[in-house]
Amino acid sequence: MVSVVFKALCEGFIVTLQIFGLTLLGALPLGLIIAFGSMSRFLPLKALVKTIVWIIRGTPLMLQLIVIYYGPGLVFGNNVWGGGNGRMTAVLVAFIINYSCYFSEIYRGGIESISKGQSEAGQVLGMTKSQIFFKIILLQVVKRIIPPMSNEIITLVKDTSLARIIAVYELIWAGQSFIKGAGIIWPLFCTAIFYLAFCGILTILFGFIEKKLNYFS
Amino acid sequence: MPVLEIDNIRKSFGKTEVLKGISFSLNKGEVLSIIGSSGSGKTTLLRCLNFLEFADSGTISVNGETIFDGENAKKLTDSEIRQNRLHFGLVFQSFNLFPQYSVLKNVMLAPTLLKRGTAEEIESKARALIDRVGLTEKSANYPCQLSGGQQQRVAIARALALEPDILCFDEPTSALDPELTGEVLKVIKGLKNTDSTMIVVTHEMEFAKNVSDKVLFMADGVVEEYGTPEEVFGNPKSEKTKSFLNKSLEAF
Ligand SMILES: Nc1ncnc2c1ncn2[C@@H]1O[C@H](COP(=O)(O)OP(=O)(O)OP(=O)(O)O)[C@@H](O)[C@H]1O
Ligand SMILES: [Mg+2]
Repeated sequence: MVSVVFKALCEGFIVTLQIFGLTLLGALPLGLIIAFGSMSRFLPLKALVKTIVWIIRGTPLMLQLIVIYYGPGLVFGNNVWGGGNGRMTAVLVAFIINYSCYFSEIYRGGIESISKGQSEAGQVLGMTKSQIFFKIILLQVVKRIIPPMSNEIITLVKDTSLARIIAVYELIWAGQSFIKGAGIIWPLFCTAIFYLAFCGILTILFGFIEKKLNYFS
Repeated sequence: MPVLEIDNIRKSFGKTEVLKGISFSLNKGEVLSIIGSSGSGKTTLLRCLNFLEFADSGTISVNGETIFDGENAKKLTDSEIRQNRLHFGLVFQSFNLFPQYSVLKNVMLAPTLLKRGTAEEIESKARALIDRVGLTEKSANYPCQLSGGQQQRVAIARALALEPDILCFDEPTSALDPELTGEVLKVIKGLKNTDSTMIVVTHEMEFAKNVSDKVLFMADGVVEEYGTPEEVFGNPKSEKTKSFLNKSLEAF
């Protein structure tokens, strides 16, 4: 029994890891683009981006998942997302939109916290805007946003369990399935070990990066 | 021919006019000290020269070439602005070193990005500049490991690395403890003999008196007095200059 449970939980955990990894892959760069949008001097763009960020941060991720998965069907009359893989795609769309909005606010805070003197020093030295951003500002921003980012990323680990709401077979569902199937609840409890271990690894990783960047202040 | 000619520069922020028609010229190798009370527009003037602000009207010419004209300032492209900026260097009151780079890298970064030679050439020139500001032993250190005076000397070396025609300093010592101002002023004084043209905004009257070739007293956005240190300090023409000088003498 134990090995059957372990195998099932591992399968669920792989899906959890996929949601986690692909969400980061999409949301980390998209968040930066949204951050630039929310700092734009073109006011209509700025207003649009701020409104989107407000809506996404102001409603539950669970609701966003449901709307994104079932919403298009109501409008177009058929299931746009399709079956098995479609559910996963819908989950990723919802997660990437949601997390990029949170990340964008972290990026914005980080970028705005770098003193104007840094970019002026670059300007006076004849650098281009992109040289100033990539060679001067970016690493300072990264250093500053590591603590809030690690917080958000650790939240993401556990938020992946929300995918269960549109029947994606992730870790929680893998554990829960034994209640109906075999009448046992301990496999569900055991999922905690996976979350704990993974968050533990991430905490160590972030601590390491923070230490690496400690050489300047 | 003067290296720098500034004619009738005006600049307003909203409704407040900060520079009300500034004109002066400077010869190659001269050191100009700009003095004046707080809020008189000294920083704004330096920022206009370095294109961090754009004057509303007036012209700026370097070596006889007009690089800024308020008439068509809007038409300048980003790359023209960058090109024009390189005639000037600016040393900030608050240093603004790049914290993630060592002293050597701070000095090398801009010449490297601007492709001012091979990596070896750029490095050996940067090391020579670091020697000149007396920080040979510190070239591998990071800014956070340096005192304020040392940081400001790095900032001077960084600005010199691009060989600007005119190097501007905005109160280079006013963020420093009194015992550290001397080392920075000494470095600036040392540059005088290398025919760099310099504009120094300063509250250090002794420096203005003894080091500079010209002194400009600014009050409320106009040039109230301009001349040699002997003229401005010894025989000020305007009442405003007299009372400013008296006040700053009392302070000591
Ligand atoms: N970006 C800005 N927006 C609005 N007003 C500004 C701006 N920059 C400067 N000013 C105003 O312009 C005036 C001149 O400022 P400036 O910094 O040039 O003075 P300063 O002579 O350098 O003074 P200090 O000796 O205190 O450095 C001040 O009244 C200041 O409030
Ligand atoms: Mg000032």
